[in-house]
Amino acid sequence: MELLIVGVIGLLTACGVYLLLRARSFTVVLGLALLSYAVNLFLLAMGRLAMHRPPILEPGRWDYSDPVPQALVLTAIVIGFGMTAFLTVLALRARKDLGSDQVDGSRTHP
Amino acid sequence: MLPFIPLIVLLAAMLPPLAERYDGRNAGAWTTALVTALALAALLFLSPAVFSGGVQRAGWEWLPELGLNLSFRLDGLALLFGLLITGIGLLVILYARYYLSEHDNLGRFYSLLLLFMGAMLGIVLADNLLLLLMFWELTSLGSFLLIGYWHPRADARRGARLALTVTAGGGLALLGGFLLLGHIVGSFELSAVLAAGETVKQHPGYLATLLLILLGVFTKSAQFPLHFWLPQAMAAPTPVSAYLHSATMVKAGVFLLARLFPVLADTDPWFFLVGGVGLLTLLFAAYAALFQHDIKGLLAYSTISHLGLITLLFGLGTPLTAVAGVFHIINHAIFKASLFMAAGIIDHETGCRDMRQLNGLFKFMPQTAVLAILAAAAMAGVPLLNGFLSKEMFFAQTIHSAALGGAGVLLPVLATVAGVFSVAYSARFIHDVFFNGEPINLPRIPHEPPRYLRVPVEILVVVCLLVGIVPAYTVGPMLAVAAVSVVGGPLPPYSLAIWHGFNLPLLMSALALAGGACMYGQRQWLFRLRDRYPLPVGKILFGRSQRAVISATRQITGWLENGSLQCYLAWLLGTAVLAGGWGLASGGKLTGEVPLQPLDGLSLLLALLLAVAALLTVFWQRQRLTALIVLGVVGLVVVLAFVRFSAPDLALTQLTVEVVTTILLLLALRFLPAEAMVESALSRRLRDAGLAIMVGLGVAILAWGVLTRAPHTALVDYLLATSLPGGGGANVVNVILVDFRGFDTLGETTVLAIAALGIVALLAGGLPTPTAPPVAARDADRHPLLLRMGVRPILAVTLLLAAYVFLRGHNLPGGGFVAGLVTALGLVTQYLAGDFRWTAEKLGFDHQRLIAVGLLLIALTGLMSTAFDHPFLTSTFAHLHFPLTGEFEIASAMIFDLGVYLIVVGVVMLILLELGQSETAEGAWNC
Repeated sequence: MELLIVGVIGLLTACGVYLLLRARSFTVVLGLALLSYAVNLFLLAMGRLAMHRPPILEPGRWDYSDPVPQALVLTAIVIGFGMTAFLTVLALRARKDLGSDQVDGSRTHP
Repeated sequence: MLPFIPLIVLLAAMLPPLAERYDGRNAGAWTTALVTALALAALLFLSPAVFSGGVQRAGWEWLPELGLNLSFRLDGLALLFGLLITGIGLLVILYARYYLSEHDNLGRFYSLLLLFMGAMLGIVLADNLLLLLMFWELTSLGSFLLIGYWHPRADARRGARLALTVTAGGGLALLGGFLLLGHIVGSFELSAVLAAGETVKQHPGYLATLLLILLGVFTKSAQFPLHFWLPQAMAAPTPVSAYLHSATMVKAGVFLLARLFPVLADTDPWFFLVGGVGLLTLLFAAYAALFQHDIKGLLAYSTISHLGLITLLFGLGTPLTAVAGVFHIINHAIFKASLFMAAGIIDHETGCRDMRQLNGLFKFMPQTAVLAILAAAAMAGVPLLNGFLSKEMFFAQTIHSAALGGAGVLLPVLATVAGVFSVAYSARFIHDVFFNGEPINLPRIPHEPPRYLRVPVEILVVVCLLVGIVPAYTVGPMLAVAAVSVVGGPLPPYSLAIWHGFNLPLLMSALALAGGACMYGQRQWLFRLRDRYPLPVGKILFGRSQRAVISATRQITGWLENGSLQCYLAWLLGTAVLAGGWGLASGGKLTGEVPLQPLDGLSLLLALLLAVAALLTVFWQRQRLTALIVLGVVGLVVVLAFVRFSAPDLALTQLTVEVVTTILLLLALRFLPAEAMVESALSRRLRDAGLAIMVGLGVAILAWGVLTRAPHTALVDYLLATSLPGGGGANVVNVILVDFRGFDTLGETTVLAIAALGIVALLAGGLPTPTAPPVAARDADRHPLLLRMGVRPILAVTLLLAAYVFLRGHNLPGGGFVAGLVTALGLVTQYLAGDFRWTAEKLGFDHQRLIAVGLLLIALTGLMSTAFDHPFLTSTFAHLHFPLTGEFEIASAMIFDLGVYLIVVGVVMLILLELGQSETAEGAWNC
């Protein structure tokens, strides 16, 4: 199971990074989304993989998954949305002002 | 009163431009003069106590933990410098008013002058080394701005830059020296440092301290070989040169020598370093001054030479030489300021500063000529003028040192040689400019300057004469009280008189005068000799190395910083991969000891689905809509992963965010080209793919290393144990968010709010033209009746769901974040299905206000705890929980969560509606 999740994190990271290195703003947004998934999974994995042990306290149960990474990831997801939205609108604005959706703002490919 | 002198002058620096705007050029000058006169009057008011032998201290604590205090002291030395700074300052203000032309911005000039004057007063009055250093750096900055006053001129900019580079570099060394000194003494207060002279001299760190401080002093006072910035600084307007480069700024260095004389002087390193550099500077600059063709250049080198003389006097390190040093500081300030002003008049009235063209000006401007000749005679050390007295004292001291034997025997000889050169360049200044035939090709017909341009020179020359003729009645008391604070004890006997009988110093003076006259007579021969063997000048070496550094930097920058964000990112990732790879390669066990968990078929299947979807996102990156849909698949599998790995809160949040993000990107896609062509070359894509694989591999290895090791459970155990009794909630994730790490949540929601406001601001500038045709053109029935009616009841259900998720959040999966997202989704659905404007009328509320209320709620719940004398945010709940029932505790956290809820609703609605609204404006959604 560990090998599987590690593979998934690695693949998502690689795909995200590759898209981040592309020239168009929308592709970069896609890459950022993939990278966010990877990072969130990675963070969650830092609390180790626990199954059927949600951190909801119940009387008589002593076995819980680590709540700290979960709290971190929860805010990261919401902030991630804010960032994606900001980046998208920035890309739109850049396209209006520069006439191109290149991340470098170059006008060679309108 | 004392601390206010420099501080008020600094503050008043903003007045002259205002005064000038309000009431013309004279108003600026008057304001500046008034402020300076006030400072001068304050110093005079405080001076009786100083003359009776007291040292005044005043100030406040500033950062006592760091040893930095706003403390000031007024003793004899400080008073002397304070009077020089404000007195000569007043004359410069008057001079500048008539010197600068109509085109020059007088307000800016006076503002900078006051800034500089305040900083200079701060240096001499500071009683704290760190404070002194701050003022020291401020003078460097002020001098940079003043030298570059005529900034359209390239030489002014170059001179200013050079001066700043050299003096600020020295300031850095000085900071090091001061820190060491403060460390040795245990205090940065000058009063403590001055009392700890013996401790400092015995300390092993003495030499390093001395070297660093001297580096600061020598750069500021333009000592060889760091002198080269001063001649370049002559690009400044002449009032600046008269002020900064004769009386004040360059004197800051020798001031520091005098100030720290009791602490650092009278050791071998001091004698050889200070005395040696001083002697070398004295000789070299006196020699160089003779060959300058520019009158200001001649004066600049002469200033360097005289500063060398003063440095040498302090370097000799006896009380008597210190007295002579202080005396020469006074005299030099007076005659050099008047000489610079005279040179400025000549430049002003002839438009030329080259002595090969300026000849025979005596008949055009006899009054100025007499003044300049007197001042130059003072510089040469002619009897009846002030320069003669201190030079005589200097000669006497060199003989005294020679009596001690050793290398000192050479000193009187070298001193006489320097005297010869000094007379020669003074003679050149007098004879070349005012006699020596007729002017050649001057841009203007020379004439006497306006009355008030000459007044400051007249005053200064009269002072030269008074000091030179009746020293004991004029400068005597001031010199004595200043010298006491330098020597740090009773003064040795010395006599201030013109006539000491026929003795060796008098012979040396006579030799210097005669030799100088001869040398000037034979100058043609000397000029030829110099042209054949030019000296390697520091400026050239400095310039060459500076150019080399700059061009190398440009090349590196041009290569690295080519404007391509992709390139920067690639560099960043490449570096990260290398650093990580190095860490991996340097050993350590990769796999930990924890046994792996079994793999189940469902997980494998979902992981495969995710892998395919992620790869397809990359593969279809150019078909943007398709890529977005496949990306959604990835997101949904991630949601399932959260469910699988016991993170129900995350699953709920991710699911709702997924929907919101997709709507957002769909809205954005309308403004971007639907398809993109292949941009990069194959090699580039292969390189990126390689980099991406390396990064992915690195992250995977890192995750593997962690997952196969046992976790640290201390924090987890603490949180699990205290969540219910301390935070009052069974959902530990939610308790962490609203209680344990409430401050983080406050920060994060604030970031979210800022992002939303940023988006609103960005969209206020408009959007690009949509690339897709409006919906109306594609579909006649944009808002099907069934859909429109169908979604309305859903709103109620969604809101009920949100309320349910919110209320149970503290004990079961849910909470403000999720509830906010659910609410926003319910609202957005209404907008999507129905007519935008109609929905906005029914549901329209001010989302920005919603965000503000949410933030306010969070902050208020936090502040409530401070009312109970508990730290901000967190402790409130614990505090309120103990004395009261658990019920109340939950309510308190809930207000916080309500704030989060409101912010999330507000932010999501604001972002989506802003994008959607822009569409209506473009006529896309509703028309």
